[in-house]
Order: sequence, then C-alpha cells, then structure tokens
Amino acid sequence: MTTLLNNRYAILAALAVVIAVLPFTFPSNYYLRVASLVWVSAFAAIGLNVLMGKAGQVSLGHAAFFGIGAYSAAIGPAHLGLPSWASLAIGACISGLLAYFVGRPILRLKGHYLAIATLGFGVLIALVITTESRWTGGPDGMPVAKLTVFGWRIGTAYAWYWLSAAFLLVGAWIALNLDDTPTGRAFLALHDSEVAARVVGIDVAALKLRAFVIAAVYASIAGSLLAMMNGFVNPDLAGFQHSVELVTMVVLGGLGSIVGSIVGAAVLVVLPQALTVFQEYENLMLGFIIIVSMVFMRDGIVPMISKLIARAR
Amino acid sequence: MLAVRNIGISFGALKAIDDVSFSANAGQILTVIGPNGAGKTTLFNVISGVYVASHGRVELDGEDVTSLAPDALAARGMSRTFQNLQIFQRMTVAQNVMVGRHLKERRNLFADLLRLPSVGRQNRETREVALQLLEEVGLADKADVLAGDLSYGGCKRLEIARALATGPRVLLLDEPAAGCNAVETEEIDRLICRVAEKGIAVVLVEHDMKLVMKISHRILVLDRGKFLAEGTPDQVRENPVVHQAYLGNRGAKEVQGA
Repeated sequence: MTTLLNNRYAILAALAVVIAVLPFTFPSNYYLRVASLVWVSAFAAIGLNVLMGKAGQVSLGHAAFFGIGAYSAAIGPAHLGLPSWASLAIGACISGLLAYFVGRPILRLKGHYLAIATLGFGVLIALVITTESRWTGGPDGMPVAKLTVFGWRIGTAYAWYWLSAAFLLVGAWIALNLDDTPTGRAFLALHDSEVAARVVGIDVAALKLRAFVIAAVYASIAGSLLAMMNGFVNPDLAGFQHSVELVTMVVLGGLGSIVGSIVGAAVLVVLPQALTVFQEYENLMLGFIIIVSMVFMRDGIVPMISKLIARAR
Repeated sequence: MLAVRNIGISFGALKAIDDVSFSANAGQILTVIGPNGAGKTTLFNVISGVYVASHGRVELDGEDVTSLAPDALAARGMSRTFQNLQIFQRMTVAQNVMVGRHLKERRNLFADLLRLPSVGRQNRETREVALQLLEEVGLADKADVLAGDLSYGGCKRLEIARALATGPRVLLLDEPAAGCNAVETEEIDRLICRVAEKGIAVVLVEHDMKLVMKISHRILVLDRGKFLAEGTPDQVRENPVVHQAYLGNRGAKEVQGA
C-alpha cells in the first residue's frame, strides 16, 4: 500500500478505477454533478500543492487565477466570439503571464509577508471582476456559453463527469511526473533549506516563479472548466473565501501529496453537501470537523494514512 | 585559486569582519581558526555570497566574484557546507546529492512535467554519480534512507558529498567535525585530505585543534573580526599572539612558562 502511494502509475491507475466505478454507485445525476465538482476542485488543488507542498511557498490569493480562468470562459464567447476551448487556453495564458509578472516582485517575500501579498493580489482581482460590470456582469455574475467540441455540445452531467475526470487524470499525471526530476528535486530542496538550495546552484527566485506559474495555470484551467460546467460565473469564484478553501484542500489532504489534494478537495466539496442536515449550523460543523482533523492529522489525511500503514507493517 | 582581499562586513556599528585578506590554493587545505565570535562563519557567509560584503574583493581565478549570489558562485565553482546542518530532510540521501548535480543537469521544465525519456536517462546518470560520491564519503549503504534519519556525523558527510556533487574548485567547510565522536572525526579528516588531493582548494573552519594541526597546509587566525596571524601549523602553534588571543594575557604567559 505504501509503495502504491508512491508509484505514480499505480496512483493514476487507482484513480482511473475509482473514476470508472463511481458512476455505477450513483443513484442520481446530482451525485455526478458533485463528483465533477470534486474533480475540478482537485485539479486546482493539485496545482496549488505544487506551489505549497512541493516548493513550500504560500498563496492566499489563488482563487484570483481560478476567477480569471472562469471569466475567460465567460467573456471569450460572450463578448469576443471566441470558442470556449480557446477561451480556456487564453485564460490559462493570461493567468500564467500574470503570475509571472506579479510573482517576480512578491515571491521575494517570505512566510507571512508572502501570504499577505498574495492575499492582496487576490482581493485586487476580485475587486476588478466585481467593478468591471460591462464585461463581467458585476456582482451578479454572467452566464457562460456551453462547451462544444467538434460540433458536439458537452452539456449532460455524464459528459461533464468524464471530461472533468480526464482533466484531473492528466493534471495528476503531470504533477506526479515532477517528482524525482531536476525541477521536482529543486522544489523540495527549496522547501527544506533555501540557503542550501542556493549554494548548490539553484536559482531560487526563478524556481519559485515556475512553481507560482504552474499553480496559476492549473487554477485557471479549473476555473474555466467550472464556469463551462455550471453555465454561470460570479465574483465569489475569485474571492478570498474560495482562496482559503483551496488552501484548506491542500493542507487537509496533505502538503506535497497529490492524492492528498484529491482527497482534500473531495472532503471540502462533499462535506458541505452532507452537512446540510445541520441546516444553519452547517458552517459551524464544517469548521469544527476541519479543526479536529488538523489537530489529529497535522500532516494531512493521506500522509497520515500512509504513515499508519507503514507502522502496521 | 580563491583570493580574498581586504574583505569586510559591518552590522550597524559592529565590524564583524574587518579587512581580512588571504588566498587558498588548489590542492591545499587552509584552515580558519579563532576564538568564539572571531567571525569565522561570518567570513564564510561573506565569501559564499550569503551576506553581502561591505568592502573588499573576492576573486576566483582572478575574476571578481564579490557579492555574487550563492547560486552564481556555485556555477563558478564554489560550494560550501554549513555549521548548523542544512540538509534536505524529506529527501533520501541519494536525492540530496542528486540536487547537488543541479547545475550539471539539463533542466527543461516541460521535459520534466511530461517526464520525457531523456529525463529518466539523465536521472540514472545523476544517481550513478551521486552513488559514487556517497561511496566516497562512506554513506553508500544509506543511499535510500531518508536524510532526516541519518546520524549527526552522517549528515555532516552528506553535506560534503552534496557540495562535492557541484564539482567545485573551491570548497568551504564550516566545522565539518563539530559534534562528531573520535571515530567520525578521523573519517572526516581522511575525507578532507582526499578532497584536497583531487586539486580542490579547501577552506576549513574547525575547532578541533588536533584535526586542524594535522591536516592544514596553512592556518589563518582571526580575532574579533580582524586578521591576527597566518602561517603553517607549526608557525601558528609557536606564535605568542595566537596564545594571547585564545587564553588571554595570563594564560599565554603560563603556556610560555611551561
């Protein structure tokens, strides 16, 4: 089991099996929607995990890139007559470039200062989206055109389930690829000891920037997918609360664990749905569960489980 | 090889290093000694680019490298270890050394993200080099252990292997034997000599005087950030100024009287 958690093809195969089997257990389309939402959120969380878990840099404004992706998918077809998939790609490029130029000055900061700077950036983007109502529909949001691929309209819950799952598999594959490559090793080195990374010749500023751009592109693609799936966007997607949710997925699932990000996303998407029985105490319960899990599983859910298994051997 | 000219750094009014000059030659071991607070580690931090010098020059083969960032210095052939261990705890021992090969590897983000076959091939080559270096420092059997699980002496040797992986011409070792027992010290002592024999200029900070006197070609003595003496181990041992710095006026007289 521990080797299973460490081999990237074993992880991907296990994930593919889960994806293939799940729909048969679902009593209604509602569950397909929730699962698709998990896959899309997990995609964003995996990107953020490369930044936070691997390279050890924090971003408290990551929903900004999610929002840019989402609004690209909305504005491209609505205002510019672009196809949806092209809008997704353009959104990813804009996010990547923005991350590059914003990242250069702010990634010099460390710890709390970096957290505050990214938070400020996130608030700024959310503000722009809310105020530029001619383009974005303002606080009310705007509708998003359905995705068409080769004349085939992706609209059913099933189609979205498979499409989002395919994106997740590719996203997880790419993130897992990074382990044990020069870039992946340099990320971990940077996380463990920045000064030691520098004296072996790692250009830490360039490296942090790469992680930031990767995370931004992931978030942007996830945002575009969610927008097209829901057929609607609003500024909350780029908001601070969403940034915190993304960070929570990564930390709760396990920093540095790609499987952990998927589990974290599943918990944060499914739990609120399951907690609706508590009605007005729903958020209270959610917060309580997260606090308790972090107290008892400080490394996150997946690293905790693999540690337990290793100990049981 | 490495020439340091009139280097100095001030923190506010405190001149932590004041006008220190020395040079280190290929294949030789130069040791920096001095009482606590003499500025030995600070000197290392200035030379290796961790701190920015307030004045003076650092030259590598005649090229001015003063105030270059540590990664730029690594690219020019200078590497170092740390007094307080700076190993990558969550990586295996072999991976730690592989990180040291960073500059020697082809690094293409897209090849890494897609894990092209060339990345796998290169990984095997890098690992091969890393294993050789681990053999050299006596950690070959620990290659796939998590670095965080190594003994203290093991970590010290791992840092040396990682620094060697960068293919340095100048190697700065900050107290490689501190906290090691007699057997480990002996091993590190032989290791440092082997490194120097390869033609690397070794600059050492060390408190273990037995080790220092045994392996150093030259010794530089600092006191309160200032140059105090330089010479062969014998010259330094006989130098009354050095005794005074270490033992104070009274102590120095006692040594001379004895």
